[in-house]
Amino acid sequence: MKLSKTQTSTRRSSWTRRHLLGGLMALPALFALSNTALADAANTTGLAVTDDTVKVGILHSITGTMAISETGSVQAEKLAIEQINASGGVLGRQIEYIQEDGASDWPTFAEKSRKLLVNDKVAAVFGCWTSASRKAVLPVFEQYNGMLYYPTFYEGLEQSPNVIYTGQEATQQILASIDWLAKEKGAKTFYLLGSDYIWPRTSNKIARKHIDKLGLKVVGEEYYPLGHTQFNSVINKIKLKKPDVIFASVVGGSNVAFYKQMKAAGVDLTKEKPLLMTISVTEDEILGIGGENVEGAYASMKYFQSLTNANNEAFVKAFKERWGDDIVIGDVTQAAYLGPWLWKAAVEKAGSFDIAKVQAASPGIELTTAPEGYVRIHENHHLWSKARIGQAQTDGQYKLIYETEELMEPNPFPEGYQ
Amino acid sequence: MFADYSMTELMSIFAMQGFAGLSLFSIFVLMALGLAIIFGQMGVINMAHGEFMILGAYTTYLTAQVFESVMPGLYGGYFFVAMILAFVVTFALGALVEWLMIRHLYHRPLDTLLATWGLSLILQQTYRSVFGAREVGVSLPDWMMGSIQVTDMVEIPINGLFVMVLSLLIAFAVYLLMFRSGWGRQVRAVVQNRPMAEAVGIDSGRVDRVTFALGCGIAGIAGSAFTMIGSTGPTSGQLYIVDTFLVVVFGGAQSLLGTIASAFTISQAQSTMEFFLSGSMAKVLTLLFVVGILMLRPQGLFALKVRR
Repeated sequence: MKLSKTQTSTRRSSWTRRHLLGGLMALPALFALSNTALADAANTTGLAVTDDTVKVGILHSITGTMAISETGSVQAEKLAIEQINASGGVLGRQIEYIQEDGASDWPTFAEKSRKLLVNDKVAAVFGCWTSASRKAVLPVFEQYNGMLYYPTFYEGLEQSPNVIYTGQEATQQILASIDWLAKEKGAKTFYLLGSDYIWPRTSNKIARKHIDKLGLKVVGEEYYPLGHTQFNSVINKIKLKKPDVIFASVVGGSNVAFYKQMKAAGVDLTKEKPLLMTISVTEDEILGIGGENVEGAYASMKYFQSLTNANNEAFVKAFKERWGDDIVIGDVTQAAYLGPWLWKAAVEKAGSFDIAKVQAASPGIELTTAPEGYVRIHENHHLWSKARIGQAQTDGQYKLIYETEELMEPNPFPEGYQ
Repeated sequence: MFADYSMTELMSIFAMQGFAGLSLFSIFVLMALGLAIIFGQMGVINMAHGEFMILGAYTTYLTAQVFESVMPGLYGGYFFVAMILAFVVTFALGALVEWLMIRHLYHRPLDTLLATWGLSLILQQTYRSVFGAREVGVSLPDWMMGSIQVTDMVEIPINGLFVMVLSLLIAFAVYLLMFRSGWGRQVRAVVQNRPMAEAVGIDSGRVDRVTFALGCGIAGIAGSAFTMIGSTGPTSGQLYIVDTFLVVVFGGAQSLLGTIASAFTISQAQSTMEFFLSGSMAKVLTLLFVVGILMLRPQGLFALKVRR
């Protein structure tokens, strides 16, 4: 830096004094002009964008009960931002992030998102995990016109111009897995089991409708409070009802108790019956459950760490280099990683950071570099992606068993499921 | 609700649920014994009881890690070492906490609630800093994994049996300690009449410290046993505290026998109802039942007869 400065000044010294004076006087004016001109073109709505930087927000729980799940998303988003910056940024600007803690508390999420949009004027927010937190921030994003990139697989039945949903909605996860079970495994009877809050209940409602539609049978449905650790009774019921499939959406720490007790009670998931299909256990949860307890269970996700393609191998390598070798990457973590890249692509297509232009540019944006392979944004702001079924192995990874050949069209409002 | 099942099925349902109830019972006993000693004998409301359990669980986790990496051949036996360590660690912390905090609050029993609640928050945050927010699990040695097949439908998990035997042993040990040893006599004397006990030469301060530490130590063993059925996270202790107080208060705070009887009643009621109703409904009915009994007998199932 210093060297180049001296070089310029030596060159300048050969100029006439008049040239120099004129040049010096014109310089700030030129600077100001270019500044406004550039910023104007790319940002007409007063977002926190300068010539060199653009501010975005990361909004996840880093404290409280959800911290376990959301930590991976934060790491993925930071990694994506760092990679984008290293490759030249967005429209020539380096991304700076402001991280806020939602603290596993939905009103806090709403308050922090208002702070990010109103005070910090961020150009986009990457964040939220539970449906409850997304529902809490949604009115704020719509009122102040912000962009949210939401990474979790969820129950669907929602669509907002201000949100890009980078995880699967219900049809891509639940309906796809039930179809597979019915077709490939000949499953006839299902036992639905979940934690007692909105996502499992809605998911099971959708699952039940689809099971009825296929002419199959639900033989039991059961919910337990978050954090519940006594599954003896429900396991007894499952043994008695002998369902073909246990369809499980138990979340968080309860899973550990559930799978350990299943194993202790002699339910062998590696056998043909009962099969267990989970829509909530990713590689992250297996870390706590222990591979030997969950071995044989199937999961319906769009991403597994074990996917073999060049994108994913580079992603896993970069992730481990950045955050440590012993880390595992689950479905949501990958979906969170897509957020900043999709935003960058939309901004560059629009040639502007303006929210309205980014929204308009978003449908049709594709990522050929996504770890899950390839994704494209649909008009309804969800992603076209493949549905995949994996089977849990003792080493805590999923083995890919099945994937749809084509990308599945996202359909957040499937007919008859509202 | 019974109509869906045949007679033989109903028989095995009751057998299975009876056993599920027994394993819930032994968990309740493990959780509640430590609290019953502290709350029942000393009147200290220990809100950090759950965190002491979690300390025991983390000790077990660490022991398992050490065994796995240093002497994998002996992994089958790690659990016994872990339990002893869990007891020692929580006993020591309990004694320290009593000395630093609790002994200054004996005349203000309600303040022990606040102080120990603060302690529980401090401990939770410490666990989060040391072990991370993620929940950890311990893998069981092979011999604990299986189950014993009784009939076609009735299968009894071995780890459930193990917890049951463990809690009976501990309950018996506590009984011996409290009712058949000189030290137990001192504790009971201090509980019933502190000035008089001091007058006959009992060092009531020392009795208090050991009693509190013993309660914490038993919590540690309980936590150690819980690693067999669930996971361990910084806030897992909170899940148990309500049930634990429920058992102790329902049984009559000062009676150890009452604690055991109440654990049995609650667990069997809950487990039988859980089969025919949903889990949440069973819990609600159990709570209603407990509240009803407590309205009739505010002192709990078993009350200590003392002259006031």
